[in-house]
Parts: sequence; structure tokens; C-alpha cells
Amino acid sequence: MNRGRALLLALLLAVASVSWAAIESFEFDSPEQEARFKQLSGELRCLVCQNQSIGDSNAELAQDLRREVYQMIKAGQSDAEIVDFLVARYGDFVLYRPPVTTTTALLWAGPFLLIAIGLFFLLRFIRTRVATTTAGDGALSAEEQARLDALLQNSAKDPRP
Amino acid sequence: MKARFLVPLAIFGALVGLFWFMLNQMNAGEYNPRELPSALLDKPAPTFELPDLHDPAKSVGTPNFIGQVSLFNVWASWCVSCRVEHPFFMELARSGEIPIYGLNYKDTRADALRWLDQLGDPYVASAFDEAGRVGIDWGVYGVPETFVVDRAGKIRMRFPGPVTREVWERRFSPLIAQLRSEQG
Repeated sequence: MNRGRALLLALLLAVASVSWAAIESFEFDSPEQEARFKQLSGELRCLVCQNQSIGDSNAELAQDLRREVYQMIKAGQSDAEIVDFLVARYGDFVLYRPPVTTTTALLWAGPFLLIAIGLFFLLRFIRTRVATTTAGDGALSAEEQARLDALLQNSAKDPRP
Repeated sequence: MKARFLVPLAIFGALVGLFWFMLNQMNAGEYNPRELPSALLDKPAPTFELPDLHDPAKSVGTPNFIGQVSLFNVWASWCVSCRVEHPFFMELARSGEIPIYGLNYKDTRADALRWLDQLGDPYVASAFDEAGRVGIDWGVYGVPETFVVDRAGKIRMRFPGPVTREVWERRFSPLIAQLRSEQG
């Protein structure tokens, strides 16, 4: 019985070590380093998949870049140094939050510009609406009154169920 | 006033036209939405020193580029598109038009050598970058990638994707002719 348990334990441990090997495990000196690693790998874009961060991606390049970021953090480099290292090699594209430059100005200002344009047209639409509905005192002109009467008479003659 | 109702149709038509144009450009290889400009354009090629693929005792590195206009092609035996461009590089190597250096990227030596054995070796020398560390320095994000390095050792162009004859004639040839005419 005891032997059977020992065997089971050994088996479970073997399986556990296999599943561990599939996940990369980085060991950090402090929780603060680990937090920085998570923060950075979430903000850096994987160049292969282009819509995933290097933290999310399983691409080989993303794995290499994670390892690179990890080693730089362990070596005591600052976030700015690590970001500069990657930008020097891959350009601003590697950043999910690119710096504001003349080429990215539209990217940053675009949403606000669109809101402004939308607001402009919305306000204009409302103004013209208000202007047309409140034009005059709401009374019908003689012509309109005649048409209304005619319609009412018609419906009185021909009451539909 | 009736023309107002045609506005959405006109916008739709314009979009169809735009998409059709861009798709055509993509099919013709003129436009690649995944192509990124190299951050290293017009900058000195990152220095490196790696063992030669054929002979680990020898090394291949930055000094090989100095003094001539050359190509630096990142390849791997596991890369499908590399097989596409390979016959053209063989042709280029036979013509002796330009020296081609290779970076064997994240590969095993045995696989890489077998690949060259089967398909031919167009490279003056191939550097063996098993860990892909030099690839990171060069900003490589996909294989194949081909760099044009000028006489002073500066990167003048980066082309991701397979180099075919059409691509060569349109994008490489004019640049190389220009680089050769430059003082250097």
C-alpha cells in the first residue's frame, strides 16, 4: 500500500515537471521586478503577430524578446533603457503607446478630431431641427387646414375597421 | 436635393475602388501591410561576430561587409519562403553580381548544412545564429529578410519576404547601381 502511494507520487511529480517545462518560468529578485516585466511585456508589440503584445504571443520572436527583456531587468536596466533598446532595433512600431511625433500626431489626435467633427454636425442638425419645428406659431396655414379637413371628411365617410 | 441619396452610394463606390486598388497593389507586391521600415535604415549595420556555418573555427561578422556593396540574407532551413527565393539567389551568385552573406537564423547546424547541400549554397559565407541574438540586433522579425549594406557598412535597405526576380529588378537593382556610383 505504501509502495503504491510512493509510486503514484513519483508518477504525479514526473507529470508535473513535464507540464512545468512547457511554461517559461522567469525568476525575479523582487516582486517589483516581476511587475515591471509584466508591465513591459504587455506594452511591447510582437512584430510577428502584430496584434499581440510580446507577453501574449507564443511566436518564437516574442519568446526571444521576453527573454531579452527579462535579462535586461535582471541586469538592473531601467524601463526607459529597455524600451530604447527595442526601439533602436524595431522602431516605434514595437510600442503600443508610440511617442507623439509629427508622424504619429494624427494617430493621437484622430479620435478627438472625430469627436469634434461629430459634435459639430450633431449640433448643426439639432439647431436646424429646432429652427424648423419652432418656425411660425405652430398654427396651420389656410392651405394646410383645408387639406386636413378634406382628410378628416374622407375618413369619416369611409370608416375602416 | 435628390442627389443627397446618392452620397452613401458614392462613398461605397469610392471605398470599393480604394480596396480594389490596394488589393491589386498587394498582389503585385508593391504594397505589403506587414512590411515595416527598418529602424536601422541609413545606420551602421549592427556589429556582430558569429561562427561560420560550415566551419565553427572561422568567424563571420561585420568586417566582411566593409569595402563592397553586399547583400545580407537572413534564412533558415525551416523557412518555407526561403525555398521560394533560393533559386534566384543561386542565379545571382552564379552571375557574380553581388556578394551575398547569409545569417542562418535559429536553426540547427545539421539542418542548415543539409539544406545547402540539397539546394546549393549561394552565400560567400553564412553566419550561424543559433539563438537568434544577432537577428534581434538587426531588427529581424520574420524570415526571410534581406538587407543591402553599402561600402561603408551602412544598412541602405531592408526587404522582408522572398526576393524574386521582379522584386530584384524593381527595388534592388536601382539602389545597388546608385550605391556603386556613390563615392565611398
